[in-house]
Amino acid sequence: MSERIAEGAWVQIHGIVLRPGERVAKVPEETQAVPLEMTAKGRLDGAAALGEEVTITTPAGRRLAGTLVAVDPPYDHGFGRPVPELVPVGRELRALLVNEGETR
Amino acid sequence: MSGHDGYAAVMARRGDVMRTSVGIDYAAYATGALAFDYERLLADTGYDLPAIEAVQARTGVGATPLVELENLTSLARALAPAGHGARILLKDEAANPSGSFKDRRASLSAHEARAKGYPGIAAATSGNYGAAVASQAAKAGLPCVIVQEAFDSRGLAQPEIAEKARACEAYGAEVLRLSVGPELFYVFLRVLEETGFFNASLYTPYSILGIETLGYELARQVRALAGRLPDAVLVTHAGGGNVTGTARGLAAAGAAEVPVIGVSVDLAGLHMASDRDFNRKSFTTGHTGFSIPFTTWPDRADVPRNAARALRYLDRFVTVTQGEVFYATQALAELEGLERGAAGNTALAAAIAMARELPADGILVVQETEYTGAGKHPIAQLGLARKLGIEVRRGDPRTSRPGESIVVPEHPSQLRVVDLDLDRIRRSYLRKAMGSLAAGTTPSDADVEFLAADTRTDPDYVARFLRQADAPGR
Repeated sequence: MSERIAEGAWVQIHGIVLRPGERVAKVPEETQAVPLEMTAKGRLDGAAALGEEVTITTPAGRRLAGTLVAVDPPYDHGFGRPVPELVPVGRELRALLVNEGETR
Repeated sequence: MSGHDGYAAVMARRGDVMRTSVGIDYAAYATGALAFDYERLLADTGYDLPAIEAVQARTGVGATPLVELENLTSLARALAPAGHGARILLKDEAANPSGSFKDRRASLSAHEARAKGYPGIAAATSGNYGAAVASQAAKAGLPCVIVQEAFDSRGLAQPEIAEKARACEAYGAEVLRLSVGPELFYVFLRVLEETGFFNASLYTPYSILGIETLGYELARQVRALAGRLPDAVLVTHAGGGNVTGTARGLAAAGAAEVPVIGVSVDLAGLHMASDRDFNRKSFTTGHTGFSIPFTTWPDRADVPRNAARALRYLDRFVTVTQGEVFYATQALAELEGLERGAAGNTALAAAIAMARELPADGILVVQETEYTGAGKHPIAQLGLARKLGIEVRRGDPRTSRPGESIVVPEHPSQLRVVDLDLDRIRRSYLRKAMGSLAAGTTPSDADVEFLAADTRTDPDYVARFLRQADAPGR
């Protein structure tokens, strides 16, 4: 992954805000056992390769430092497969309304 | 991290950071060790209803349609005893610019930030409110930072929050996405210190006053449609702002007597700060993980005094299950032609159940909807739940267990609300209030009066509680 990414590219960085030993005492054990991580997006301040420590300028104008992890980070949330438990609901409810209309 | 920017040092400065970033000296409103002048805190903002309406009209916020859900009403009547089945009306808040009633909350904050010359706006929120703040900031020409709790330690993003991040970025905001944990507040304080931005907290007077127009509009709309006030307004209840602002707006419209029913999705047993439980919740708001702690102790908020004080306004507090809300969401789409986000339909699920118990000339109002889309959809949430090993099936929703199973009803007659004991919640609030007092401090008469107002009881009730709490053996 030595390909250089140009200054000004839209990128994502990752960083550790608090290490496991620095978490507040009141959080559950499974949360204390892991770091508090952050990701942010912005324009790359200087050419760099993935995995390097960089700074970015965010849309709010802030300069943030972290590890360069992605270029043009995708939006990959979606819908997925239809849910079989929900597919018949409309048909069932319309049938109840039709039956009711006939009986009243 | 230690030193000036370390956790302890930053948290120790929280009072100063809040005073600067919100522009309110909360200490000036204290009237006792516990008491503060709630009404003056709100009034001193200088925004009355006409002023709020004017601010909101300039950005296309509010004046949303009230839709009669005729088919869902027919369904309720089909399930009800003869002569029963109230009309169900829906305030379609998804019609706001960023797709939820949260635009009402963000509008005054953006207006205030601009009027006071703040260089930008920031908010700590994983919900629709982020998109609302980003949208309002865009319109006001101010830069915006949204801090989200967005993913777990495996890097697995909650799909609904991923969608909110996308929406915030669409409005030109910076989105700082964090893994699970309440230390988000520490990160947020650092953002506020570094930027000098206005803190568009969900719990300032601006955020609550902005919702008053919702209650005010709906009272007028129901009067115009039906010639009278509704029998109840059902409010999806999380941090308390929606209940508080809506109830205050109803009162301003001369409808103070209309019962306000808070409705939350039951997520009992799931820990809000747990990295493991984070993605096992199929709802990111409108649930008991917010509504129980915030109703029993509103001042846990980021600002010193929370302007959202739900116990003052709640007439009834009920829960529904995740499966029932997904079912109601599907019903709203297929019977009423309104595809809306699930969390905003929490109160709708309760309304379908409760309409059966009222006479056919009764009126129930569901006071919000929210937008839906990729990630922010029952399909995405149930798909993730299934992937994490949560059982999804049809059946009696009462048999579901949050984080382990989601049960979609087989028949609409299985929709039910479960009442929470408001008196127990009041006592929990009073215990927390007493627990917040410094050792050796006893509540003054002003404190007792405040606690009575805050729990919607009377000074005798509070005094009785305090005597019991002092009794030996307690």
